[in-house]
Amino acid sequence: MGMERFLVTVVVAAAIVAAMVVLARDDRWPARVAVPLLFGALLLWLWEMVTVGFDVPRILLPPPSMIAAALVGHLDTLAADFHQTVIRSVIPGYVMGCGAGFLTALAIDRSPFLQRGLLPLGSLISAMPIVGIAPIMVMWFGFDWQSKAAVIVVMTFFPMLVNTLAGLRDTGVLELDLMRSYAASYGQTLMRLRLPAALPFVFNALKLNSTLALIGAIVAEFFGTPIVGMGFRISTEVARMNVDVVWATIAVAAVVGSASYGIISVIERGVTFWHPSFRA
Amino acid sequence: MTDAAIPASWKLGAREGVAVPILTVLAVVVVIWYAAAVWLNAPQVAERLDRAGPDWTAGDLVSGAWAMERPVLPAPHQIAVELYDSVIGRPVSSKRSLVYHAGVTLSATVAGFALGLAMGVALAIGIVHVRVLDRSLMPWIIASQTIPILAIAPMIVVVLGNLGFTGLLPKAIISGYLSFFPIAIGMVKGLRSPDPLQLDLMRTYSATKAQTFAKLRWPSSVTFLFPSLKIAIALALVGAIVAELPTGAQAGLGARLLAGSYYGQTIQIWAALFMSAFLAMLAVGAVGLAERGLTRYRGGRL
Repeated sequence: MGMERFLVTVVVAAAIVAAMVVLARDDRWPARVAVPLLFGALLLWLWEMVTVGFDVPRILLPPPSMIAAALVGHLDTLAADFHQTVIRSVIPGYVMGCGAGFLTALAIDRSPFLQRGLLPLGSLISAMPIVGIAPIMVMWFGFDWQSKAAVIVVMTFFPMLVNTLAGLRDTGVLELDLMRSYAASYGQTLMRLRLPAALPFVFNALKLNSTLALIGAIVAEFFGTPIVGMGFRISTEVARMNVDVVWATIAVAAVVGSASYGIISVIERGVTFWHPSFRA
Repeated sequence: MTDAAIPASWKLGAREGVAVPILTVLAVVVVIWYAAAVWLNAPQVAERLDRAGPDWTAGDLVSGAWAMERPVLPAPHQIAVELYDSVIGRPVSSKRSLVYHAGVTLSATVAGFALGLAMGVALAIGIVHVRVLDRSLMPWIIASQTIPILAIAPMIVVVLGNLGFTGLLPKAIISGYLSFFPIAIGMVKGLRSPDPLQLDLMRTYSATKAQTFAKLRWPSSVTFLFPSLKIAIALALVGAIVAELPTGAQAGLGARLLAGSYYGQTIQIWAALFMSAFLAMLAVGAVGLAERGLTRYRGGRL
């Protein structure tokens, strides 16, 4: 690394750090947003300067500029991968898995016996490495999106089941008594009181599952795909040492992950606006 | 969830009435499994029986479906036999022993978990005490929970393999990376859990930052730390298994899964799956035991 470049790097980095330190004392929201953004910029800047300046082998760590170039240069491929993995695998699997978990929770809501049996098992299974069923699902449902969706269904089912059951139990005794004094039927109590009260739990599961679903699809694609998909891209381009394309795919996955989390959070705000955590 | 919100009927059953429902559900699962094994394997078995002769009974079909060598869905007892053979039937040092493979995966899991624990706790301490770190790092750590970082695993394995690091280290790094985030978040929550009154009390004692940390913040963080430790060690196990997939690793449960899927050895895949489920229970259970032990040691009630 040349002396001049080194000095520029250090001065810019020091300036960013100084700005962060100053802004961190400010409690207003522009500063609260600016500090993490500055930190991200600092990280990118150092990453770029160090990888370029010290001639770090591209295979080890490509500079961000190269990843951006790969992102633009392979836009068609990445778009096809996105379509295969997210639109065709993740979304159907996510909807089916979350839906099935939710409906199962409703179905066994009236049976304490089944709840006592399923709840501990559900939590236990949630902690298990379910991605391991990927090879079996690929054998059963073939290489295309169906096998990925199947993995996602199994992965998302149990968190949804456990959370919905916990949410349905979370109604206050006072509110339940009030409903009883109104002579409300089971269905009315469920629709007017218990389901709305369970929504924060349901949304928790929806958020958790959005990440799980993406992981499930990508890992399942390591076990076999038609020649398209984000997991396929990562595993083949790693083998061909095109690390910049791999990083570009990971960047796409990161954006998809945080975007879906963001969308679900926005919906949650709209639907559970009454919840104390949003009324601060 | 507060105690008052739990219906009384639930609380009553919570302690003593769990075993029967769980066993019932498990029994139903096993019955459905056997039925599904017949249903899924029947076409292949019927074809084979047809070739042998025209007259075969439903009994032949069922017993055939439960005894295939490469079934679509193996019957539970086939998996049990495979597990027994590969756990007890073979010496632990043998490459065909499942204990050997589980050991390989578990060592990577534990090493990665230790790595993630050290990093997560260190970072949490920094975040709680240094304002700039809190403002700049915390949003990124929370955001990182929403992205599928597991996708990075094959790259880490291959890149480190090129640098000459193979075996335990790449897997431990992935496991550590995955377990780091929940630990950091739980620890930050825990270190911030003392309320202002307690912190003010420490100030009236003119306690130093280090004393406040050692006598107040650290002890009160433990209740928050353990739930995230359970999540973290489960993630570390997933990380270790996935890290064994991309390189055609020779050993470990992930390698068994991959080999099984290459050669269509379904029974082997299921046995490896059950073994990894068992490892997950073992790991999470160990963390739970440590929690109980620590709580009891500190004079707390369970």
